[in-house]
Amino acid sequence: MAGFFSQIWTVIVMNILSLPRRAWMSLAAVFAVAVVVAVLLAFLAMAKGFERTLAGTGSDNVAIVTRVGSQSELNSVLGRDTVNTMMTAPGIALDDNGDPIQSSELFVIVDGVKRSSQTQANIPMRGLFLDGFDLRENLTIIEGRPFESGRNEIVVGKGVQNQFEGFDVGAEIRFGKTSWEVVGVFSTGGSAFESELWADAPTVQSQFQRGSSFQTMRLKLANPGDVTPIKAFIDNDPTLNLDVQTEADYFASQGQALNGIAIFGWAISIVMGLGALAGALNTMYTSVAARAQETATLRAIGFSNTSAFAGTLAESMVLSIIGGIIGALAAWLFFDGFSASTLGATFTQVVFTFELTPELFANGILLALVIGFIGGFFPAWRSARVPVVTAFQGVE
Amino acid sequence: MSDDILFDLKGVSKKFTKGKDTITVFDGLDMSIARGDFLAIMGPSGSGKTTLLNMLGGVDQPTGGEIWFDGSRIDSLSENQLAAWRANNIGFIFQFYNLMPMLNAERNVELPLLLTKLSRSQRKKNIAAALELVSLSDRARHMPAEMSGGQQQRVAIARALVSDPKLMLCDEPTGDLDRETADEILTMLQLLNREYDKTIVMVTHDPEAAKYAKRTLHLDKGVFVEKDLAA
Ligand SMILES: Nc1ncnc2c1ncn2[C@@H]1O[C@H](COP(=O)(O)OP(=O)(O)O)[C@@H](O)[C@H]1O
Ligand SMILES: [Mg+2]
Repeated sequence: MAGFFSQIWTVIVMNILSLPRRAWMSLAAVFAVAVVVAVLLAFLAMAKGFERTLAGTGSDNVAIVTRVGSQSELNSVLGRDTVNTMMTAPGIALDDNGDPIQSSELFVIVDGVKRSSQTQANIPMRGLFLDGFDLRENLTIIEGRPFESGRNEIVVGKGVQNQFEGFDVGAEIRFGKTSWEVVGVFSTGGSAFESELWADAPTVQSQFQRGSSFQTMRLKLANPGDVTPIKAFIDNDPTLNLDVQTEADYFASQGQALNGIAIFGWAISIVMGLGALAGALNTMYTSVAARAQETATLRAIGFSNTSAFAGTLAESMVLSIIGGIIGALAAWLFFDGFSASTLGATFTQVVFTFELTPELFANGILLALVIGFIGGFFPAWRSARVPVVTAFQGVE
Repeated sequence: MSDDILFDLKGVSKKFTKGKDTITVFDGLDMSIARGDFLAIMGPSGSGKTTLLNMLGGVDQPTGGEIWFDGSRIDSLSENQLAAWRANNIGFIFQFYNLMPMLNAERNVELPLLLTKLSRSQRKKNIAAALELVSLSDRARHMPAEMSGGQQQRVAIARALVSDPKLMLCDEPTGDLDRETADEILTMLQLLNREYDKTIVMVTHDPEAAKYAKRTLHLDKGVFVEKDLAA
């Protein structure tokens, strides 16, 4: 039919031009969609950032040994004998002297003051050996130097230094009765290790009354990814109640505990989205009612009901897309690159960065489009059914 | 002879049902309207004037009988066929002008042309000619809110005639205007009838307005009564 698109286009333009007449109501609808999208993206960006941090943390070349049943490094305990026995296990890479490349490690939890909130929060302090440095991928000392064995010296992760006060190189720090000097800052390319303080393992043992016990061992694998010889070794020795897995597997399973963030984000956004949908429906029904006479007049002139339908649907979609873009921009402004730390049940503090990827953006806009489409569809249907005789009835 | 007949209504009835009540507005109405006529329809409120105009304009359908327009039946057309028929044949003029408040005068006048195959430049020419005819060339870019009632109705007339329809249907076109402005509008309609061969059907309650028409029919409770006052 002649002018099929020009009439639809004209009606769409008229719907949009009529928006200022219902400015407040339309703005409220835009705002509701913006809030929903911003909330969704905040959660998704958080989950993405966390996932990215953990995914970057584990290595396939390193096995991590913990006591059976301990959910994490923090809950594990390994005695001196166990550690010595494990050093004789097969499947571990050896150094030039024929010694196994390994790092026995332990944790203590210390307090720091967060820059953002000025409140105290936990920081994991890891005691390890200098060999342990080589077992971390992408490790660089970005300032100062590593600690020296036997001294109360710490190197701080970049994330800790950014988020907590007082960890500048050269600073003197007290944890309980002990006093430490910050001698360096390390980076591991954004992985979870950056949320830690590192110090000499025997020094940590003595300063925090840990005797000679450790919590975990990291072993460099002779064959990357292959822990089977070590597993077999543990299974054959009834005195060893240990789990062994690659570090990559370990962090992946830790990360799963927080997959819930994204699911929770979607759930809360959908519930809020229903509220925004109700707002959109209300706004659009009001628009259809307010413009019934204009719609009927166009129909009397000969415009199709398809154009009335399209105009209303487009108006709704435009409002929600604007809302979606505002919400996404707000999320991007406030949350992208925003550093946060989470107090996981098993993790204490992991410092990670919210990450808004284009893919997440698309998710936010998609949610806005769905709200706009459903919120516009039913009112558009009503608009298409406005009786033409309405054109001849006087206005209010 | 039947060549001269534009509209032919045969035994047209129209009933409205509201719940259990049925309102019979017309029951077996016969009438014909000649090509080139300027017909005024008068009658008390509730006598069915608007209902008749709506059926002539194909925006409402009779419950019985036949409506013939230019040799073909329009009472059995589908809704979309009627819309296309209206676009090709009818120009409406409403009591409250019914301009689109967000469009300026020329955009309002353009609306019926959007349903045609005319090119943009051809549309521009027709819009200019229509605005010229209603002496509003200098207001082409004005918004409806910036114009008086009489000017708005002239824009509405330009919109009704821009696509060159055979028939113009006017429901109380001067009902909202003062005497002087009303006379201006009616003179314009008369000109369209005399010089441009438009057939016009106008509903009015104003005897002064009816004087501009070629003939006047009086409607009372759905039937025409002889009370010819035409000058
Ligand atoms: N859509 C409708 N539903 C029910 N009754 C209607 C409807 N339209 C008109 N009527 C009734 O039909 C009669 C004629 O109405 P109308 O044609 O508007 O009269 P007029 O224009 O002469 O004042 C009135 O009694 C009116 O109440
Ligand atoms: Mg009436």
